Amino acid sequence: MEKLRIAGYWASSCGGCEIATLEIGDKILKLAEVADIVFWPALVDFKYHDVEQMADKSIDVCLFNGAIRNSENEHIGKLLRVKSKIMVAYGSCSYEGCIPALANLTNREGIFDRVYIETPSTDNSNNTFPQISYQVPEGELTLPEFYDTVKTLAQTVEVDYFMPGCPPVGKQTWAVLEAIIQGELPPPGSVVGAGTRALCEECPRTKEEKKVKAFYRPHEIIPDPEKCLLEQGLLCAGVATREGCDALCPRANMPCTGCYGPPEGVIDQGAKFLSAVASIIDSNDPGEIDKIIESIRDPVGTFYRYSLADSLLRRARIK
Amino acid sequence: MKRITIDPITRLEGHGKIEIFLDDAGEVANAYLQIPELRGFEKFCEGRLVEDMPQITERICGVCPEAHHMASVKAADDVFHVDPPPTAKKLRELLYSAFYVADHTTHFYILSGPDFVMGPDADPAVRNILGVIAKVPDVGKEVIKTREMGHEIIEMVGGRKIHPCGALPGGMSHGLTEEQRQHIEEMARSLVEFAKLTIKVLDDVVLANKDYVDLILNDSYIHRTYYMGLVDENNKVNFYDGKVRVVDPEGKEFAKYAPREYLEHVAEHVEPWTYLKFPYLKKVGWKGFTEGPESGVYRATPLSRLNVADGMATPLAQAEYERMYTTLGGKPVHATLATHWARVIELLYAAEHLLELSLDPDITGPNYRTIPTATPDEGVGIVEAPRGTLTHHYITDEHGVVQKVNLIVGTTNNNAAISMSIKKAAQGLIKGGKEISEGLLNKIEMAFRAYDPCMACATHSLLGQMPLEVIIRDSHGEEIRRLSRGLHGRVTR
Amino acid sequence: MEEFEPKIVGFLCNWCSYRGADLAGTSRIKSAPNVRSLRVMCSGRVDPTFVLKAFQLGADGVLVLGCHPGDCHYKEGNYKAARCMALLKKMLAQFGIEEERFLLEWVSASEGGRFASIVNDMTAKLKKLGPLAQHR
Repeated sequence: MEKLRIAGYWASSCGGCEIATLEIGDKILKLAEVADIVFWPALVDFKYHDVEQMADKSIDVCLFNGAIRNSENEHIGKLLRVKSKIMVAYGSCSYEGCIPALANLTNREGIFDRVYIETPSTDNSNNTFPQISYQVPEGELTLPEFYDTVKTLAQTVEVDYFMPGCPPVGKQTWAVLEAIIQGELPPPGSVVGAGTRALCEECPRTKEEKKVKAFYRPHEIIPDPEKCLLEQGLLCAGVATREGCDALCPRANMPCTGCYGPPEGVIDQGAKFLSAVASIIDSNDPGEIDKIIESIRDPVGTFYRYSLADSLLRRARIK
Repeated sequence: MKRITIDPITRLEGHGKIEIFLDDAGEVANAYLQIPELRGFEKFCEGRLVEDMPQITERICGVCPEAHHMASVKAADDVFHVDPPPTAKKLRELLYSAFYVADHTTHFYILSGPDFVMGPDADPAVRNILGVIAKVPDVGKEVIKTREMGHEIIEMVGGRKIHPCGALPGGMSHGLTEEQRQHIEEMARSLVEFAKLTIKVLDDVVLANKDYVDLILNDSYIHRTYYMGLVDENNKVNFYDGKVRVVDPEGKEFAKYAPREYLEHVAEHVEPWTYLKFPYLKKVGWKGFTEGPESGVYRATPLSRLNVADGMATPLAQAEYERMYTTLGGKPVHATLATHWARVIELLYAAEHLLELSLDPDITGPNYRTIPTATPDEGVGIVEAPRGTLTHHYITDEHGVVQKVNLIVGTTNNNAAISMSIKKAAQGLIKGGKEISEGLLNKIEMAFRAYDPCMACATHSLLGQMPLEVIIRDSHGEEIRRLSRGLHGRVTR
Repeated sequence: MEEFEPKIVGFLCNWCSYRGADLAGTSRIKSAPNVRSLRVMCSGRVDPTFVLKAFQLGADGVLVLGCHPGDCHYKEGNYKAARCMALLKKMLAQFGIEEERFLLEWVSASEGGRFASIVNDMTAKLKKLGPLAQHR
């Protein structure tokens, strides 16, 4: 039986998805029996020119993590798509933008000015900025172009499967790898490695009635470990987040922040979360409503923490 | 001029490209390490809530999220002028020690280990963790178990194995039960044994191999730089808290500062051919990619930490510390590849310290949080990330909404040094007429792998564009508008 | 150069505001033609996704009109709208969508004049503000 040819790549990401893959623990030995890793910069030494020389669709599965932030991410995304039979958007960054997508609230110029001029430790009186092409005495050095907007993988190439999570949890990663090995994947376009309903279904806390007169920030209270966090006034995203992680954060006495993306059928996670929060405000008086929502001081960072690139608006409008 | 490109560099965290230029004689004229990645945390964190920063900034890096989680929460504590209770601090250190064990294990066995276990010239198809597991399966199994245990402890204390959620300004989100403490103690004991095993692997596989020892002591991999690391009040290595100590290339103390003083000591230089900035010692100044006491280039790595400290705070690690310096001829050690040895000593210290903390009566205490009451304003938090000194600096408004962020991250500290190491290794290994094999290029990559770089951490910044001018004319050819985009990327009319 | 004509998408509730809009028309009260009206059964039906989608598709402004507090045909619907739209408005500011571009107002079935003045007022403000920066 020929071994599966597997590739992995990180675009604009943090490396957490690589570590997440190692969470399969000793199952890596099982994987090594049935698969060869033909490209995965974190773990093996094959280079871009090795991928360029591969035949089209000769990679059986590519686990692609990271958002599309610059021209190199885009180029490699397209290259791997051509060389792979199955392309999986692994993890929140490639699926919906994740944390890097918060940069869609600003743009290249804003980031640029902050990093290379304004930051107090930067000493750059010449106003030097990195260039996509620069002549040094020995020759030309190139860098990828940094785009204004972060995109998801699916906004760049055709994606076969989506695995949510920042990062996906170990047992889900193995479930999907096993399905790949057995050849038992659902129809293309599916979200895999997660359930379909809201996280509340996996959360062990007791749920009674959701009616709050005030919202709290996590450092302001020590919540009751048994009761629903939303009912205690914490902004728990579980109500608008796909199940699959076994409610790790609520079990740790912290509200869910939404890293598994929206439940099945929800097209905009932030809007859903906002709407859920608004619906539990226990007041009909506009003055009181304003006072209650005053404590929500970063709506977009709270509601769209991981999903901004895949939201309806996708980015802030900057004049 | 002939050019050799290594793209991408592999078996590290993050993205990088090495360009080596050869002159007509086939000698290395210059080598550049270009970092092509950038995300902009220092900008897009503006407007976020300071208590969310430990969970947002830890996504700078999924290999060392715990480092950012800790530096961030310490900065947030400082912003709120709140002092967490002793149980909370010990829980954080417990989590952090478990993380160090797992992380240093990952680097030693999975990232850099293959170079030594399989050999630097081995076929890339086996020069990786799967090759290591196949060659030494017993060790391989222990590595997997160790990482699992480390992550299990992180999950118990921090809520999740990767990207923990447990730290908050004022303390932690939850405490430990006695049952959990016992389980941690049990695991800590086996982790100390594993650390000792790793020392043995280092001895048997690396130090007993004359070729590797020659490689470590080879002048191509030596730089006489300043060193930086965090030390406790006894000047012993501490990953979680203390003051930043800097020693000069002779090993003499050059500076010692508290977190809030960092701007007096560290500045960052910019080059147009990479996204990553180059920190240097302000009081010495930026003199370019050179070493020695006149150059502000410094290194912050496990080796640096051992160089700046007076010793290790736990007995087994202290004995190893002494053995290393005796073997390598005294302090400070300048050999970059000796960083691997220092890393293993730190692995041992982390395991011992983990055990100490698991036996501390405070660790199961009921008081794991102080609710902040002061008005938030500004704060700095510094920890030692495995890859170097990590600084988080936040300014918030009176509601704790972040206004400004400045980050100097582990690997960034070493950017200049890594560039120099790659160039020097290239110059030492590529000689006119000598065949340039894949293994030789890998030996150049080994120069950066010793630093265990984390480029996702290092780059949280941005890029520029080609100058461009657009002239808009009406149907008569008259100029209506002219837009220029300068080298800096800014569009002007 | 042609004057900028803002595109405003309006969500009007069946029982009050839609009828008020109708009345403005039959009474021949002059109101700016910039609002494209969509009839919903209740202002409480307006999901934030509708508003976001309207902006994404090119609207320069979005208007949600419901019954006055206490008059909702379904008793509570307009209170739901009040809560949700207040929070949405706060978030839109972070997206660079100025507060003049999104309005929640109460218009009864007999308030043709009020409908017209709201629409005229919003149109004038958006003309000054200019089109919403687009992103595809």
